[in-house]
Amino acid sequence: MTERTVAVLAGGLSHERDVSLRSGRRVSAALREAGLGVEEWDADASLVTRLLKHRPDAVIVALHGGAGEDGAVQSVLEMLDVPFVGADPRGCRRAWDKPTAKGELARAGLATPDWIALPHATFRDLGAQAVLDALVHHLGLPLILKPDQGGSALGAQVVRDPTELPAAMVGCLAYADTVLAERYVEGVEVAVTVLEGGDGPRALPAVEIEPESGVYDYAARYTAGLTTFHAPARLDGAAAAAVGELAVAAHRLLGLRDVSRTDAVVTEAGVAHFLEVNVAPGLTETSLLPMALEADGTDLGSAFGALVERAVTRCGR
Amino acid sequence: MNRGQPAIQGYQAGRSRERSRDPHLHRYAQRAAGMTASEIRALFAVASRPEVVSLAGGMPYLPALPMDSLADDMASLVAQDGMTALQYGSAQGIPELREQICEVMALEGVCAHPDDVTVTVGSQSALDLVTRIFCDPGDVVLAEAPSYVGALGSFTAYQAQVVHVPMDDGGLVPDALHDALRRLAEQGRTPKFLYTIPNFHNPAGVTLTVSRRSEVLEICAAHGVLVIEDNPYGLLGFDGQTYPALRASDPDNVVYLGSFSKTFAPGLRVGWALAPHAVREKLVLAAESATLCPPTFTQAVVSRYLAGHDWKSQVKTYQEAYRDRRDAMISALEQQLPSGCRWTRPDGGFFVWLSVPAGLDTKAMLPRAVTQRVAYVPGTAFYADQAGSRQIRLSFCYPPPDRIKEGVRRLAGVLEGELELLATFGSVSPRTVAGPQSPSPDTA
Repeated sequence: MTERTVAVLAGGLSHERDVSLRSGRRVSAALREAGLGVEEWDADASLVTRLLKHRPDAVIVALHGGAGEDGAVQSVLEMLDVPFVGADPRGCRRAWDKPTAKGELARAGLATPDWIALPHATFRDLGAQAVLDALVHHLGLPLILKPDQGGSALGAQVVRDPTELPAAMVGCLAYADTVLAERYVEGVEVAVTVLEGGDGPRALPAVEIEPESGVYDYAARYTAGLTTFHAPARLDGAAAAAVGELAVAAHRLLGLRDVSRTDAVVTEAGVAHFLEVNVAPGLTETSLLPMALEADGTDLGSAFGALVERAVTRCGR
Repeated sequence: MNRGQPAIQGYQAGRSRERSRDPHLHRYAQRAAGMTASEIRALFAVASRPEVVSLAGGMPYLPALPMDSLADDMASLVAQDGMTALQYGSAQGIPELREQICEVMALEGVCAHPDDVTVTVGSQSALDLVTRIFCDPGDVVLAEAPSYVGALGSFTAYQAQVVHVPMDDGGLVPDALHDALRRLAEQGRTPKFLYTIPNFHNPAGVTLTVSRRSEVLEICAAHGVLVIEDNPYGLLGFDGQTYPALRASDPDNVVYLGSFSKTFAPGLRVGWALAPHAVREKLVLAAESATLCPPTFTQAVVSRYLAGHDWKSQVKTYQEAYRDRRDAMISALEQQLPSGCRWTRPDGGFFVWLSVPAGLDTKAMLPRAVTQRVAYVPGTAFYADQAGSRQIRLSFCYPPPDRIKEGVRRLAGVLEGELELLATFGSVSPRTVAGPQSPSPDTA
């Protein structure tokens, strides 16, 4: 393999800038260790000029939230004819919008908790209390509110009592204009990384998430020690296979590419429910994807080194 | 989210590797328990981008400094005195600088002997040392409501309990101080000290009136409570006005903390504590164990600067820069903010304290503000008791006036959006967000 030069894009202007910078540093170090030449760039006003000037062999988009996951940066990379790791802009957009992704999976007959997505305007125009009452009647309690787009659990909140709903709505709407309200399914929460190789998409061992506080919120995600992870997840063979199949199905149905991470919950009966899928999964010290790789017997440098080769080959370089 | 106890059929324990991602977890002291990641703090990562108008951090306006001449000073310092400037020094700080510090404090009426000055790594370190020598876990300390976030951080680190005392436009309210002490006395408790920022308060922007100064000192003396006077902004009155330091009236019961971070440059990390001599003995010993000695090099830089530059003229330059910025912010607030907002009008320092209409939660709306490319610090950061959800600290020290105006315009839009949400969902109780809620010091 000739030495590849890779540009890792990290930072950006989303609410997840901090996490993205950590992801970028981590994957850059891993790739350097694997022998690749790596540049770390922010997604700012100098990006297009840099891409045109330096023409890296491939780009890794480690931008979380906003332009890095909604397909915008990928569209720019396509326009500039720069190879990049990960889903194309169409796939990104389908995955980014959680109601869209859930709809695609539900249509294909896969399990995903019942949901309703509503913009702020609907509550304003139709009367918040009436709509909230209908929401609780339809989905039951507990339910979980999430911004319809975005990650890192920012703005997400479990609601167990109707009186908590207005505050949770306001907290959620601070991050997006539309709220995704979802029935809260009890079970084991897992994250399944899907990696593409020569044989197509393959699910890595699921990682089980056991937050100390009971809630896998921002602090639990990014403070080492606040969550215990089990890799592989402590599922029986059938449940482990089911959740792996679900993640691969999500990857295929949404037209994703190279790598994705599906978050799911496995019920007592062993049914795997799709929650959401990430096209630019976290790569920090406490992130799930690196744990899945380790459980699979590989590491970040080898896995992303191979994805870089795929991206370069795909573009006929 | 945790979705209940694992109850999968055929659930297999034992074959899986358990990872906490922190193998040292069981070793941490209790005081580290609150040191967690925070979504609010993470948002400040965006504030450092040029697209965002940051009204959050308290970074001094360093472009006002004569950089070329400072560079020459430092070069000659190394060339002429490198052997001492780059060597270890005394834990108490270099004698020449301690003498100069006494001259600086004299501008606010303090008559002090250099032997009673301990130079520290910024006044934050002095605050840490003071808390270290006075506070056991569970001890009570009094602080204004609101109070400096860095002080609250030190008190929390030493597991002290903070009791807030209300302020108004004239600073700390003596009657409220008296009431707080009486309530504590009824519980059989005496605070270890009162922590106060009398001049151009961070975050409140107000100044303790001259008449209240003696009242505060008398109340504290009567109750046997030490006073920690933190005065980083005292020389930054916009009209050059200064106020008599509390320490000037009561040398035996006040520990005075000073800093060159605002009058010169924060990167040098040179501050000091002036303390009654017995306290000073303890401070020096505590400083020795914490840092061995304050940085000799930057002490020498400050000493040369004070001796060789017209530093008072530099302070005047700072005053003028900050006055222009304060004016820009106040006029933008008057023109842009929706009705129901109130704010302080500082005569010095870096900060305006803004109160928003009832029902809004400034912490919950920070993500929307960052989306609109403006950042501020939510009021809750300045309280130890979850108060402050209707308040915001706005800093005007760093951005130029036109950026301040643009930032306030964006903030006004955010507040309008929040008022619309409030109209839709009604008043909501503030959400609890764990972890630090203020920016790191390098966030502009």
